[in-house]
Amino acid sequence: MKKHAFMMLVGVVMLTVLAACGGGNGEEASGEVDSTNDEDAEATGGDSDSLTIAGSSAMQPLVGAVAEVYQEENPDASIDVQAGGSGAGLSQVSEGQVDIGNSDLFAEEEDEINADELVDHRVAVVGMGPVVHPDAGVEDLSQDELIDVWRGEITNWSELGGEDQEITLVNRPDSSGTRATFVDFALEGEEPAEGITEDSSNTVRQIVSETPGAIGYLAFSYFDDSISSMSVDGVEPTPENVQTGDFPIWAYQHSYTNGETEGLAQDFLDFMMSDEIQDTLVPEQGYIPVTQMEVERDAEGEETPVE
Amino acid sequence: METNLRASERLVRKSRKLSLKNPERNGKIVVYTAAFLTVVATLAVTVFLAQRGLQSFYMSDINPLEFFTSTNWNPSGDNPTYGALIFIFGSLAVTLASAVIVAPLGIGAAIFMTEIAPSWGKKVLQPVIEILVGIPSVIYGYIGLTVLVPFIREQVGGSGYSLMAGIVVVSVMILPTVTTLSADALNRLPNGLRSSSYALGATRWQTIRRVLLPAAIPGLLTAVILGMARAIGEALAIQMVIGNTELLPGSLLDPTATMTTIITLNMGHTTFGSAENNVLWTLGLILLAISYLLVMAVRFLGARRKI
Repeated sequence: MKKHAFMMLVGVVMLTVLAACGGGNGEEASGEVDSTNDEDAEATGGDSDSLTIAGSSAMQPLVGAVAEVYQEENPDASIDVQAGGSGAGLSQVSEGQVDIGNSDLFAEEEDEINADELVDHRVAVVGMGPVVHPDAGVEDLSQDELIDVWRGEITNWSELGGEDQEITLVNRPDSSGTRATFVDFALEGEEPAEGITEDSSNTVRQIVSETPGAIGYLAFSYFDDSISSMSVDGVEPTPENVQTGDFPIWAYQHSYTNGETEGLAQDFLDFMMSDEIQDTLVPEQGYIPVTQMEVERDAEGEETPVE
Repeated sequence: METNLRASERLVRKSRKLSLKNPERNGKIVVYTAAFLTVVATLAVTVFLAQRGLQSFYMSDINPLEFFTSTNWNPSGDNPTYGALIFIFGSLAVTLASAVIVAPLGIGAAIFMTEIAPSWGKKVLQPVIEILVGIPSVIYGYIGLTVLVPFIREQVGGSGYSLMAGIVVVSVMILPTVTTLSADALNRLPNGLRSSSYALGATRWQTIRRVLLPAAIPGLLTAVILGMARAIGEALAIQMVIGNTELLPGSLLDPTATMTTIITLNMGHTTFGSAENNVLWTLGLILLAISYLLVMAVRFLGARRKI
């Protein structure tokens, strides 16, 4: 029995130590920002051949594909691209855990992130549009009609000249960047009514294609024959219309770094912005090259013509 | 007598040949380390989750009363509200309803396997059920999404994404667990019970109903509770079929959400330390507390087991 008591004691001591460590980490993350930055600078300077990228799962295929091409051309470089969500990407890059944090939101939109420390690299643009079940019989909505549908004030497609089918909303989670973009630029900030909620674009597409009367929203790269995409105010959801600024529902894909970068991180971001990538891989992956945008947008959503 | 020697003395000669000085002590170190690490891991998870989960209340200033009793959930709005009652209800509803469905089915199948057709049951049914246990939950979710949801939509009504779909998918998932553990409980009963009952002239049904089931009740309840423990933690499969709507369901055909689905849908999008992120940890802490309660119930029933 004495041995058991001893083991218990050791357990309790270990636990106290663990708890103390946990507390310490929390303080470091909130308070000692400067020291974290220094460590980060040393880490990236000392080991320039490896790069860790994390964040938005929507961006992971694009950044992963670019990293693959980059590593073929620079065999010494080792680039690790993880997906974990935009929030995780922003948190990790501010804490210096990763070199680049991908996000489909402006860092300014997240209260807990100190956006002044982060440098924004806009590497691509993603266009999104409302999609409906092919049998709904409606392919063009005015923005006001779209808002009424999403606020739950129009509940049947027949009210809009379509089939007599009840409308089922397919939403994204509250915290999703895709949802934020759709709410800001398609619904003019109106919060959508409750509906089915799914995170993955593939699942949203499957639900919309299988549920009669369903409406959701997807990035252009997920458009296919199983669903019909909708025009808004008569403007078709195409990359060309996004580039000219006629189609309003789009967002930047941001790669954030903690302070100005040099070495591999900068070289990789330059490579990402090169015509070689922007004109081939970016459109191939279903994104719109940021270099060809005729309008630009700031964190408040204000749109201005380029140059 | 040779057999009365202690194990350590019997192994004396063998131990000299081994290169390690004292295998008796080495073995002890290995198993003690294993036991210690298991305890530390459990305690560390609990402490970490408690620390993170309680942050909602003391750092983000969320009213615990509101958290547990309000159905108003909008963490990302301008005036955020954090009422998690819908998800707590959703998790409990799915868990309890599936336990009610599965208990008679699982125990019935176990009786068939152990009492009615023991040889056939062991050769065919047991392996089949063990395979069912091993099927990954995403498969159950995917089948639910493509088969069950359209079936409910066409045959029963609603959009198909519903509490009912969640309950059915989880029931199918925990059925093999409950069946296997119930069969073990029945197999553990001493054969003398059966023989004595038959010797007294009882029929097979009387033996099962009056002797075996009452004797096995603690074991059978343990089986059901362990099934519930699996049900409450299930996220992926439920997320695909329950709709994840932040509304209290008015009927079995309405969509709703559970604690696990809200965590998985939002975790990646939120930044560490934000109130939005903290409330997800709090939901995790509640899940852990529920599974602790379930495990304690199992221990209590185990202590009551007389045979």
